Amino acid sequence: MEVSAEAKRIMVVALGKLYSSRTQRGGLRLHRSLLLTLVMKSARDIYHAAQTTTESMEEEREEQQPSEVKVTTELQGPASLPHPAADADELVDTQNQDSTCLSGPPYHTRKRRGKATAEPDFLPCKKAKLEYGTSQQLIVSSVLVDYANCCSELGPSPSPIPLQTVIAAC
Amino acid sequence: MGLALLVGISATFREPDHLTRITQKNRPGGDMQWCFSQVKGAIDDDVAEADIISTVEFNHTGELLATGDKGGRVVIFQQEVEIKSRFVSQNKNLPQFRSEYNVYSTFQSHEPEFDYLKSLEIEEKINKIRWLPQKNAAQFLLSTNDKTIKLWKISERDKRPEGYNLKEEDGRYRDPNTITSLRCLKVAFLLQVPVLIPMDLMVEASPRRVFSNAHTYHINSVSVNSDNETYLSADDLRINLWNLEITDRSFSVPIGDQNRNSCDIFSCCITPCCWRSLTARSSDIVDIKPANMEELTEVITAAEFHPHQCNTFVYSSSKGTIRLCDMRVSALCDKHSKLFEEPENPSNRSFFSEIISSISDVKFSHNGRYIMTRDYLSVKIWDLNMENRPVETYQVHEYLRSKLCSLYENDCIFDKFECCWNGNDSVVMTGSYNNFFRIFERGQRRDATLEASRENSKPLQVLKPRKVCTGGKRKKDEISVDSLDFNKKILHTAWHPQDNIIAVATTNNLYIFQDKVN
Repeated sequence: MEVSAEAKRIMVVALGKLYSSRTQRGGLRLHRSLLLTLVMKSARDIYHAAQTTTESMEEEREEQQPSEVKVTTELQGPASLPHPAADADELVDTQNQDSTCLSGPPYHTRKRRGKATAEPDFLPCKKAKLEYGTSQQLIVSSVLVDYANCCSELGPSPSPIPLQTVIAAC
Repeated sequence: MGLALLVGISATFREPDHLTRITQKNRPGGDMQWCFSQVKGAIDDDVAEADIISTVEFNHTGELLATGDKGGRVVIFQQEVEIKSRFVSQNKNLPQFRSEYNVYSTFQSHEPEFDYLKSLEIEEKINKIRWLPQKNAAQFLLSTNDKTIKLWKISERDKRPEGYNLKEEDGRYRDPNTITSLRCLKVAFLLQVPVLIPMDLMVEASPRRVFSNAHTYHINSVSVNSDNETYLSADDLRINLWNLEITDRSFSVPIGDQNRNSCDIFSCCITPCCWRSLTARSSDIVDIKPANMEELTEVITAAEFHPHQCNTFVYSSSKGTIRLCDMRVSALCDKHSKLFEEPENPSNRSFFSEIISSISDVKFSHNGRYIMTRDYLSVKIWDLNMENRPVETYQVHEYLRSKLCSLYENDCIFDKFECCWNGNDSVVMTGSYNNFFRIFERGQRRDATLEASRENSKPLQVLKPRKVCTGGKRKKDEISVDSLDFNKKILHTAWHPQDNIIAVATTNNLYIFQDKVN
């Protein structure tokens, strides 16, 4: 479980760094974005593995003691993490028009998603309805809360980020 | 030059050849004792971001030392050799040489720019400076920021012309209306030839070439070829080859379909100062951009030409690999001639393995037989003839391996440390945190941790080796890992090409240390 918690924390921090790098002077750094993506993927794989192990253990317990289990899946998003390299490419190659990346939020994939590839529950739901023209703030989002509670070395907690901005950051 | 060695009298002059030869004893690296020599920069604890040093480079003779900073400025120091005599206990008069570096030239190399089409600000920070070998009285260097490379000419002027017939003393042209035809006749008999009179030495830096619009991504390296005609520049996904000698027109290099070159050709113009502003086409020699950016798995982190073979260069990647390429094989060096890669130790696998294996610097040895690479925790020496593993590995700060999570959160894990060789490739050096830097003596299998700090800045003070305590009881003079200051990092270091003089850059100060000459 510690591994799972650490993996989750690492993913949260990576998301925050990816988001803040968009406003960095000098533009998005491809190398840094790539490394953060690799860390996120690595942490995500470990998190999934840990979750799968946990769920299988819970199922065994259920068989022994059947009870109501609430299964909530908050997120139903794309199976693969949107690639920040693609995002960097979007910023960089706008003029060259050879971008093969995300054009902007939201990103929909045609892939069927099984339970194994479902996104972790702490990532924001990308199907939330957005009202354009007004900025909505998710009051409760475990990822943002986790980011805010991250190591104090990161500085003061950031203010809640509008959902569409978080999606765009990914 | 006759040397009258008088006690207490020092003579200061420049580059006495027969004396510098004495200091060029390249001891194999043993028994080095580093002494503080100088420190450049502000003393304030409050560091202005523009003053953060971003690159340090000696020229080929070591006489000049250039630094670049985040504010886009280049400061060049020049070595002045000072000779003092002293009596030693054996009652011998032995000359003591001390080299001092003083400011020679300062200029603004790059300015912040804004790319309106991409809505991107381009930082003025100088990423790299590379000197060209000297061909004449002037010095030339290449400086680069994220997008643009500039060739600068640094020249001295110690004479100025005086006695113009049509110009005033201050350089303004005389009003032609005041010169009547009669007066012209009179002047004709009094025409004088302007003479050159001595003046205070003035060092001028002028941009001779601007190499722009060739890099879509951020430039990380510049390297001058041994042919002294070409140089390469590398960004995250491409390496470009440029020609330094540009004729009075822009030129195009035959490029295949795979080469994408987004240079614009500017029209030739003659400025009042009579130098031509031209941009040149470069040719891609490496392009690792995938067709689908989502498939990107690695980027180029550094590149360098071989010191002697003008057809060979290497580039390192974020995956910890080094590729050696031969430009004779094909125009686009997508296929490497050699691939240097060490299999990962499975016991060291962690969340951050990919980050810490990314190579931040690659340097050929001076003899061209070895490559040195720097990743986050170690320095590796590779033999060009052995691709499957390095011949030597030096741990810079292994005690940080257990702290990677914290270093990831505070961004230090993304720091890019450089490394350098000494003149005869027997010693290597790199930086660390807490203003520590590490020196590894290859043959002696010895290493030292030294600190660049104001506290150790007394003239000729010998640096005491430092030690980091990794656990258990902390001995006196040791520092514990948790006490290290990760804001004080030494990313850039340089070694004099011939002597044991090193330049170490802390955040905004440049320290110069010398090996104690006995």
